[in-house]
Amino acid sequence: MDPFVINLVIFILAIALGVEVITKVPSTLHTPLMSGSNAISGITIVGALLASFSETFLAFGVVLGFLAVVFATFNVVGGYVVTNRMLEMFKGKDSK
Amino acid sequence: MLNMMNATQSTLTLALTKTDWLGLVYLFAAVLFYLGLKMLSKVTTARRGNLVSALGMLVAIAATFFQISGGEAVSLVWIVIAILIGGGAGLVLAVRVPMTGMPEMVALLNGCGGIASLLVACGDYLNKTGQTIEINGVVTHVDILSSAGWDVLLATGLATLIGGLTFTGSLVAYAKLAGSKFIPDAPVQFAGQKVLIGVLLLGSIALAGVLVAKPDAGYVLILVAAMSLILGVLLVIGIGGADMPVVIALLNSYSGIAAAMAGFVLNNSALIITGALVGASGIILTNIMCKAMNRSLMNVLFGGVGGAVAGGGKGPEGEARAFSIEDASIILDAARTVIIVPGYGMAVAQAQHAVKEFSQQLESRSIDVKYAIHPVAGRMPGHMNVLLAEADVPYEQLQDLEQINPQFEQCDVALVIGANDVTNPAARHDTASPIYGMPILDVDKARTVFVIKRSMNPGFAGIQNELYFKENTGMIFGDAKKVVSELSAELAAN
Repeated sequence: MDPFVINLVIFILAIALGVEVITKVPSTLHTPLMSGSNAISGITIVGALLASFSETFLAFGVVLGFLAVVFATFNVVGGYVVTNRMLEMFKGKDSK
Repeated sequence: MLNMMNATQSTLTLALTKTDWLGLVYLFAAVLFYLGLKMLSKVTTARRGNLVSALGMLVAIAATFFQISGGEAVSLVWIVIAILIGGGAGLVLAVRVPMTGMPEMVALLNGCGGIASLLVACGDYLNKTGQTIEINGVVTHVDILSSAGWDVLLATGLATLIGGLTFTGSLVAYAKLAGSKFIPDAPVQFAGQKVLIGVLLLGSIALAGVLVAKPDAGYVLILVAAMSLILGVLLVIGIGGADMPVVIALLNSYSGIAAAMAGFVLNNSALIITGALVGASGIILTNIMCKAMNRSLMNVLFGGVGGAVAGGGKGPEGEARAFSIEDASIILDAARTVIIVPGYGMAVAQAQHAVKEFSQQLESRSIDVKYAIHPVAGRMPGHMNVLLAEADVPYEQLQDLEQINPQFEQCDVALVIGANDVTNPAARHDTASPIYGMPILDVDKARTVFVIKRSMNPGFAGIQNELYFKENTGMIFGDAKKVVSELSAELAAN
């Protein structure tokens, strides 16, 4: 099978899964869910790492890859830390 | 983990390549992301869920490092430097940002994800255009672009388009949320704006098609990137502050879809699965926000509420009654149940801690206190919840629209702190009102309603709130933080 077809199947199924898992989220968690899923979208760092690695180091493409790693790491680290900070604050009556 | 896999590899008759193993590790990471997201949607498991998803990210990054570690050391050194710069900046900002600055922070994070995907797509394209490789002194020029399939080229165009508009869109949202002098909170609209957006959008998609037909036309990709950056600005600048929750949720979704497109470019399942998960969750959040405003997504994006509706529907008549702190506190003291309705005004005044102290004061008099949270109160989904959580308000006290609305009838005092349009009863009955049909908090059904507000200026929708002219409503004019603190002090003094 063509890789594109396989990828498209994966893409569609993952969307269905995403819809399924998020549908019943309480409004209390809307912000952490957003920042947390945002950190996950920093997965593009994997692509950035792959793009910034090349035998011909000074190619302009690698420079873009370098910048991509900077932004993606910011996204990942910032996203997870800020989400954790928020979730730390969500306390119930009992857990005080 | 990897050692374990390698150990079992020898006993398998299947011969898996390094790339195959990488694929399996990515799958494992994707499963962790899925589990993490699932746990993030329950308060009790949310924090662990975030850690599970962070673990998934660590696994994916480590595996990728393992994959590229055979390369030239110079390259790797620069990668580590890039990680230190990005990670360091992310860590510092994430630790330092106050909870009131969270909408801006989320916008910034979205934007970084978007630009990263754009850079990945463009970088990969350039890496493919021409590589001069020197092997044993023989210099060969390798061009693998011509062998790239139509799907990869199309995905390159789309990742650039979506990533770019996510980036500038998020920056404009950031500027609006941060109260920048250059970009006003109010919608900025000009004649032909929608047409221009349409032309740019269709034009850049068409250009992505041109790239498929002419793979080596690099300037086309530059054009797509430039158009996407302009598009992001135009899309968000026309949207006003009160519609920001929708925009933030939508940009969140875009950053995921951009990552998925980058996955198509690199033929990388980790990016595709994860990007799709995030894209879907963002769309659902967007949908929840739209429903909470009774508007379609198209209407939020292109309707431009605010300027356009001034004068629509006739305003309520009568006189609003102003209450003094003393009078209000006497009524509050006699109440048995109080529902607090926070809005953007509470965030602006940074009154969350004062509100918590106030509610403790009430509770010490065995008055039952609850908070009514409208889904679009504030500037991002869940804005009020985060602020009140910071002030140590237990999340059980925060109730959403469906839970709290039946309780207003039995409630003695509803205290509205800086919320406006989400409490306007006109949304229930006045078909001429621009907010007609929007689900609102039924605060007017409470025995007494107090509204803390700086002045009688209309809310974001540009209409006067009928609530203020009702017989059971009293206005307490002043800054939210100041008024709430004074109310606490007055209660404590008695």
